[in-house]
Amino acid sequence: MAEFSTSIKNQGEISVVYLKGFLDAHTASNLENTFSGLIDNNQYKIVVNFKDLAYISSAGLGVFMAFIEKVRENNGDIKLTTMSDKVFNIFDLLGFPLLYEIFKTEDEAVKKFEEK
Amino acid sequence: MGNNSKNITKRLVIKSRTENLSSLRDFISDNANNAGLSTDDIDDIILAVDEACTNIIKHAYKSVPDGEIIIEINYNARKFTIKLIDHGNSFDPESVPVPDLQKYLRQRKVGGLGLYLMRTLMDDVKYVSIPGEYNQILLSKNLNNAHQ
Repeated sequence: MAEFSTSIKNQGEISVVYLKGFLDAHTASNLENTFSGLIDNNQYKIVVNFKDLAYISSAGLGVFMAFIEKVRENNGDIKLTTMSDKVFNIFDLLGFPLLYEIFKTEDEAVKKFEEK
Repeated sequence: MGNNSKNITKRLVIKSRTENLSSLRDFISDNANNAGLSTDDIDDIILAVDEACTNIIKHAYKSVPDGEIIIEINYNARKFTIKLIDHGNSFDPESVPVPDLQKYLRQRKVGGLGLYLMRTLMDDVKYVSIPGEYNQILLSKNLNNAHQ
């Protein structure tokens, strides 16, 4: 079975979510639970670090779509960072760079929140 | 690649459960590697087959976990083809329009993205549906570098 896990580092108001492994139709619910947990705690400033994500399918992309509206309604955002070329290509193919800010490094994404 | 006219066929049967997607991806990856495909082609094919199988599980079998999905790989020096057969509800791909991605994303819709990815990543996507009997999806990738 595909391995997928998330871990969270809180940095002031900002939550950095680290993705690891394979994000597909089977493991997408794991990420849904992670986002739901953050929203339940009113944590809307979210940086997602893709450094250790090996694979994503449209079911995984759907999770980002499902939560972005709620997060932005609460003056937050989901910012994406440190994607491999392979993962970025899938996001790009589906036009996601128009909807989400994607940063090369986690620091840049965190700083973007702190600017505001 | 040896004898260019040689056709190789491999078969896998799985139940309609999303937990089986990873062994399906391994099956595709191993065979595409044996066929000598490039890493980019292998990545494209793995994702397209995952999307096809996810659609079968969710739509043809409506997430009922005991449906059967037959996956058959056929390749030679020119072409790598994957056939997926299920016995669930039939599906007319013509009823799914090519999504206007901008509009789609604004509306936060994700259904239909799988089919869009399959059509984008593969050279050919063909559906055959015999309602009440079976559905078949044929995904093909041309191997243009076979003689270089």
